[in-house]
Formats: sequence, structure tokens, C-alpha cells
Amino acid sequence: MAERISRHDVVHVAWLARLELSDEELERFTSQLADVLDHAADVEALDLDGVPATSHPYPVGNVLRDDVPEPGLDRAEVLAQAPETEAGQFRVPPVRGEAP
Amino acid sequence: MSPGPAAAIAAAVRAGERSAASAVQESLTAIAAGADLGAFNAVTAEAALARAEAIDSAVAAGEDPGPLAGVPVALKDNICTRGTPTTCSSRILEGWEPPYDATVVDLLNAAGAVVVGKTNMDEFAMGSSTENSAFGPTRNPHDPGRVPGGSSGGSAAAVAGGLTPLALASDTGGSIRQPAALCGIVGMKPTYGRVSRYGLVAFASSLDQIGPMARTVTDAALLYSVIAGHDPLDSTSIPEPVGNLNGALAGDVDGLRVGIVTELCGEGIDGDVLARLEAAAGALASAGAEVGEVSVPAAVFGLSAYFLIAPAEASSNLARYDGVRYGLRVPAPGAVDMNVATRTAGFGDEVKRRIMLGSFALSAGYYEAYYGKALKVRTLVMRDFAAAYERFDVLLAPTSPSVAFRFGERTANPLTMYLSDVCTVASNLAGHPAISVPFGSGADGLPVGVQVMAPALGEDVMFRAAAALERLLPGTQPAAARAGSAGAVTKGTAP
Repeated sequence: MAERISRHDVVHVAWLARLELSDEELERFTSQLADVLDHAADVEALDLDGVPATSHPYPVGNVLRDDVPEPGLDRAEVLAQAPETEAGQFRVPPVRGEAP
Repeated sequence: MSPGPAAAIAAAVRAGERSAASAVQESLTAIAAGADLGAFNAVTAEAALARAEAIDSAVAAGEDPGPLAGVPVALKDNICTRGTPTTCSSRILEGWEPPYDATVVDLLNAAGAVVVGKTNMDEFAMGSSTENSAFGPTRNPHDPGRVPGGSSGGSAAAVAGGLTPLALASDTGGSIRQPAALCGIVGMKPTYGRVSRYGLVAFASSLDQIGPMARTVTDAALLYSVIAGHDPLDSTSIPEPVGNLNGALAGDVDGLRVGIVTELCGEGIDGDVLARLEAAAGALASAGAEVGEVSVPAAVFGLSAYFLIAPAEASSNLARYDGVRYGLRVPAPGAVDMNVATRTAGFGDEVKRRIMLGSFALSAGYYEAYYGKALKVRTLVMRDFAAAYERFDVLLAPTSPSVAFRFGERTANPLTMYLSDVCTVASNLAGHPAISVPFGSGADGLPVGVQVMAPALGEDVMFRAAAALERLLPGTQPAAARAGSAGAVTKGTAP
């Protein structure tokens, strides 16, 4: 593979990650990410056919507690950390359309 | 077996021979004198002194405050402390005060320990030098021109510099063990699930573990014993009870089967580091251990798998920093623009790189080639370790490929920084416990750490080998550059 990750790919993943890159950053990150992916290519030498995937080191299934109401976090304390609140809720800019 | 400085403080406070207040004041004085190290993001002096007085009152009333009575402890700044800022050394969380304490903080309090502050780190624990902190670097107490390692560089410098006898940190790919090695102290990553992650700000959830940093193996075991155990608030927490380690710490290594991992002793590992590893193996052999070499073929591919799996998990975990519920918000007219502006301003370069790398490894068209393959390599790592543990009780390897490096030496090319983790990531992928023990010095008189690895829930045998190494090192001194005393940063005193 000549190019493991293109500028176009990096623009795309930056958008997926909700990050904005300057032209200089785009150039630099593309080359740095390509270096890391080149190094990661050493696993191509391994025969991985039929090898199952491991996503977690310890075999635990769903863990459920008893269905008994318990107090949650203090609402005022949680909201005190928010950038903006209104009527006991988080306030955000409009998700669709223009600002009112 | 000599008690470490933490055990000594706890014993004296419990016996009423010294006050918790004096122990805490001594630590606070050392922290102030060592401010040039840049080890702390925040020092909670007032709360610490008030808590020390409460402990002293309890002792006076005939109560036992617990096994860490009056012991000052530093916390890596990704461990949540209610009402005290928890920043992960990131602008995006600057000033955030968690509405709850991490389980390990509750356990420390229940054991009589006194939290004295929050330590500097690579932003969101991503890095191997603490140079990625948004709040400036931490210096190595053995040489202020060199990094303390990372990501837990602040915790390592606090303990190595004699600012606190103990610190808690987190290890996702070596972030406890590598800085411990570079600073000449003991650092341990427990079995995955052995210590609750509740209240640890998530980096890569299938790899993260909280663990102890200390000046002696005994002190590390003492702190580990306090924080280990099942927690209903962490669904990945292991239910099995934690064993008593006292026998392990006093036990000998006669007949212990020790395997040196050949793949972690080859290309890329400095000669001075390998020389100390050979010395450690020789010391164990002379004490009666059966030392041999063992091949763990997939260990060399661990780094590649790690640098796809950890960023992939991080890209998902760090999606929560969106400017809505806590932390930084950069205002914009629309919600998505606000998300983008906030994350662009709030994250540093390394965090951005890892998020993008992870997003790429998970994205349509590349998932199978990168993330899918990495998960299969993880299976091979676990299989190869399982085979090695059929023949050996513990495995031995370097902790870091080199001694502490200079500031700026590895920042230009992220890949060279990533290679710092080559010896440590495999334990995280496998979920196994591992500990770094100082074993003399290498180039420029700087400390070298030797790593002891054990199978899952093998902390007992891991501590047995580690304690033996500590005893076997000729002329061993607890590796404090300036324990408890004020003064300028001094060149290391490692033997």
C-alpha cells in the first residue's frame, strides 16, 4: 500500500471526531498517522485466519444489580458544573436551523 | 524486609508515636520546596491538614484509623475527587469539580490515608513523558533536564522526589511502570478488574487499571492491598477475594521459575538496560530461582495492536467532551459548531492524533484491516503468555527500553515516543499484573527498572519476586532523591 492514510481520509476522520484542522495540522497529522499505521503493518506478517477476536481481557458478562431505587448524583451539584443551564436542564445552542 | 516510609508513618501514627498532622505537614513542606519539579496540578493543603487532625483525634480516642493512618498520598489528576478539580491535565476539563469520589479515594479515606493533591500527567494519560500536559512539564527528580516518563510523571516525580511516600496512578499501556522505572521507584499495574475503575476518567476501558507507586515493594503492596477488591460500581470488577500478601513479601524465590522474555530483550532495547536485566536475573538465580529464557512471539506485535485498540477505545470515550454537561465550552451559534470549536480548542495535539487514529481504525472500509486485526493479535498475545506461564511462574523483562530521556527528544515524531511502551503494553492487552522494580542505574547514573510479570490474579507471586529483587540489589537504599527534606533538585542517588 503506497499511502496508508490520505489527506482526504484525515479530513474525514477529523469531521467524525468533531475536530477542525488547519492546513499545517492536516499536513503534519497525515504524515504522523501514516508513520504509526506503517508500523502497525507488521501484523500483516501474522496468520490470523481463524483466530477469534478478544475485546476484553477478563470474561465477564452482563452485570446487573438488584432493581432497587438508589439515590443518584445531586442534581444541583451536577448542573453547577455545566457551561449553561436553564430550568434545571443543560442548555445547548440549536441543533437544527438558525439561532433564534 | 524493611518497612517503607509509608508503612513506617502508618505504624507510628497507629501507635500514637507521631501525629498524622506532622506527617502531612512534612509532605506539604516538601511539596512546596519541590515546586520546581512541576509534579502537582493542585495541592489540597487545607483539607489534608483538617483530615490529619481528625485522624489524630481518632487515635487519641482509642480508634484505629487503618493501615494507611496519616500517610500522605498523591493522586494522578484523572482520578475523580469530589469538589476538587480533576483536569486530566487538559484544557477541556480545566476547573471541573467532579460530583463524586472515585472508589479508590473512598478506600484511601477508609484506610486512614490523607490525599494531599493531584498530580500532573500527559493529557488524558496519552504519552510517555508527561510533556503532553496542558499545564507544563514535570521534571525527573534525578535530573531536571530529563522527563519523568509518563503518563503518570507527576505521581512518579512526587514519590521519587520525596514529596509524598505514596501515589496512585493509572496504567493503560505502561503509564505507571515506565515512569516508575525512569524515576527509580516501584510502580505496579494490577490484574485488569482487580482495582475498581469507578471514578477513573476513561482512556481505553479494556486496558485501564489504577495502581500504586511507592519507594519500596512493601509500600506498593500495602497501597495495593487497600485499593484492591470487588466494587459493584464497576461492572468489570473481579469478584474473587484479594489474598493476604505478607507471606509473599517475606517469601524466598528458591525454586521459583523465572522466564526472561527474549522478544523484549532484543532490538531497540539499550545495552545499559539489558545489563541491569541480566544482573537481576543473575541475582534471582543466585537466590535459588530457576531462570530460563522464554519466547513470547506475539509480544513484539503487542505495540501495533495496542496503538490501534487504545486509540479506538479513546475515540469513543472522549466523544463525551462536547461542551454540553461539564468542562470547556467555546460558544457558537449551532450545537455542532459548538462541539467542534470546543474540542478543537480543548484538546492538545496528542489527544487529537489518538482520537483521529482511533476513528480511522474504526471507520467503514478500514475496520477489518486495522481494529479487527488488532483484536485478533490480542488473542495471540494472550495465548502466547498462557503458554509461557505453563513453564514459568513469573516473566522478567525490561520496563523501559532506555533510561530517562531529555525534554523534546521524542516529541517531533510521535512513533518514537510510542516505542517507549514496547515492553509494557503486552500486560495491558493480556490483563495481567506487572511491576517495575528499580535495579541499579544505567547510562549517566540514571535509574533502570526491571519488570516482573505474572498471570492474571498472580499478584502474590509477582510481589514475591519483586520483593526478592529489592532485597538482592546490593547497597539498596529506598530510592528517594531527597526524602522529606527541602532543597534543590539533586542528581540521583541510585546505586
